[in-house]
Amino acid sequence: MSGRVLLALLVVANVLTAIGVVFARHEHRQLFIALSSLEKARDELNIEFGRLQLEQATWAESNRIDQVARERLGMKFPEAGDIVVVRE
Amino acid sequence: MARVTSKPGKPRNRAQFNLRGRLWLVVGTLGLCSLALVGRAVDLQIVDNAFYREQGNERFLREIAIPTSRGMITDRNGEPLAVSSPVESVWGNPQELLKAPDRLPELAQALDVPVEQLTLKLGQKSDKEFVYLKRRINPDEAQAILAHKIPGVFSQREFRRFYPQGEALAHVLGFTNIDDRGQEGVELAFDEWLRGTPGAKKVIRDRRGRIVENVDLVRAAQPGKDLTLSIDRRIQYLTYRELKRTLLETGASSASAVVLDIHTGEVLAMANLPSFNPNAVDGSLRDAHRNRAVTDVVEPGSTMKPITVAAALTAGVVTPSTLIDTNPGWMPNGRYRTTDTTNHGVLTVTGVITKSSNVGAAKIAQRLQPQEFYDFIRRFGYGSPPHSGFPGESSGVLPSPARWSGTTKQTISYGYGLSTTPLQIAEAYAALANGGHLIAPTFVKGQRNEPSQAIDPKIAHEVMKMMQTVTEPGGTATTAAILGYHVAGKTGTARKASGGSYARRYISIFAGVVPVDNPRFSMVVVVNEPDPSRKGYYGGSVSGPVFHNVMEGALRLMDVPPDDIDTWLAAQAAAEAKQAGKPVAAVHAAAPAADPSAQEDALQ
Repeated sequence: MSGRVLLALLVVANVLTAIGVVFARHEHRQLFIALSSLEKARDELNIEFGRLQLEQATWAESNRIDQVARERLGMKFPEAGDIVVVRE
Repeated sequence: MARVTSKPGKPRNRAQFNLRGRLWLVVGTLGLCSLALVGRAVDLQIVDNAFYREQGNERFLREIAIPTSRGMITDRNGEPLAVSSPVESVWGNPQELLKAPDRLPELAQALDVPVEQLTLKLGQKSDKEFVYLKRRINPDEAQAILAHKIPGVFSQREFRRFYPQGEALAHVLGFTNIDDRGQEGVELAFDEWLRGTPGAKKVIRDRRGRIVENVDLVRAAQPGKDLTLSIDRRIQYLTYRELKRTLLETGASSASAVVLDIHTGEVLAMANLPSFNPNAVDGSLRDAHRNRAVTDVVEPGSTMKPITVAAALTAGVVTPSTLIDTNPGWMPNGRYRTTDTTNHGVLTVTGVITKSSNVGAAKIAQRLQPQEFYDFIRRFGYGSPPHSGFPGESSGVLPSPARWSGTTKQTISYGYGLSTTPLQIAEAYAALANGGHLIAPTFVKGQRNEPSQAIDPKIAHEVMKMMQTVTEPGGTATTAAILGYHVAGKTGTARKASGGSYARRYISIFAGVVPVDNPRFSMVVVVNEPDPSRKGYYGGSVSGPVFHNVMEGALRLMDVPPDDIDTWLAAQAAAEAKQAGKPVAAVHAAAPAADPSAQEDALQ
């Protein structure tokens, strides 16, 4: 009698763990997919950031700044006579 | 009776039926089942093998690489100098593509290549499953090609390196090859650091190669680490611009310049010409790729004299005021002569530096033992690798005294018969300015190599004071003087050695340190083969102005306080006196610059 009860219990436990494994496996997949998509989003943002930095660096390229300052804005280097020395 | 006979017979019959009949039935059924299984197995394994293997492969779990980007290189202020940006590489599966030859012209058009060329390429790789069709293109272009939906055409992400500073920093940064591996310069030296480790993940792909499902992460991708260089982008640009201008003005064939931070040995700027565009390396001349400031050696010429004098001061054979007779402006040097530009007569040791007298330097060296002189030069790093970590750095050449002929010591005293790189000269001058501490140069911000004491701080200071006279009126490099700052420096003009003698081609050098009282920068400018008919070939007239222009900018950019404010004030007073004499309108125009209150402060 007790042997049958034990057997039944084991069968039930077996079925439960089997379902548990399936559930865990499913959850793992779901989480992995979520992780992948978040990582992808992160990478995309990083890449976008890199691209923007590159764009900024290209606009701020020294040679360009130099030309814009001189030609478009008419700026020039202060001559020695334009500088006033202030002594503390 | 029948009942009677049947009664005892029935159990026997049932026993027979139960045992044998059922057993055969079970065995027969099982046998048929296994036969069916074997039959199915034969069907799968042998009859339809090819079909199922293909189907299986297409559904197979694949392990694919996760691409990762290379670390960014920034300057000391965090400005990006080398950035990896994603690009797409379009690839195809030749087996699949060749199945549908009618789509090939369409593909060729999309790729912008002749259809014959594409067919040939695919034909050569017909047994492969992968061939690059177009590498590293703009993601938008790749999308346009994929939009044709030609079977067997795919695209994958790769990273390309962009260098926003272009030519100005090309030599220091170097470049990477198509597989994103460093090939030259810092990209090569720090390849391990910059390069990431691609990750791997298991995915399920469909038969068109698209990822259906991410299954598992095998290894996370490790992105490359960023690198902060010691370079200052602004000083670098200034250096490059001035070198370029000099090259145009003097018709020189090449030029290099190095700016070092004296206290840390950090390379703040390093520029060379001719340069190349690191964003399009393929079209450039191989010769232009060399970082001349580190790899090419020159004879240091007169920039050697401060070291000769320092050696003599250390040995105690002269003092700064010892008189040296340089009459008649030349002296024998084996079969040749050591000559000065003019006869300088009797000079003090300081005067030998001020006037750059070869005869004077030779006479000072006469008082030194060869071994003693050699050991002293070695302490400045000449003749040994500078350990800057830059690939291909040259050690220069300094022959050992055992190989010196009778005149070698005399020749070395004014900078011939040995060779150094511009970087080594900058390092030696930084040591003179830094109380005699020689620090190996570095390209990484915050890294400071262990200094070694090259000479006594007191002697280093004396030599600095002597070099200061070079940029003052009467010296050979007044062009290098900077208003408001004391500049210590030395010109050098070396004739280029060619075929065992010296040709009428020159190298103009200026090495200097600024400001003298609290030194910050050491800079060396080397201009190769300037056209003598334009601005001459002397270090003072060719390289001195480059030093002046770059250092004036660098001092302002780095907020270095002036150490010679009195000359500045005097110059200002002179300018105002001149302005006062001008018509009223001119004075009015200049009024904002000469604010009365500021003026008052200035005159205190």
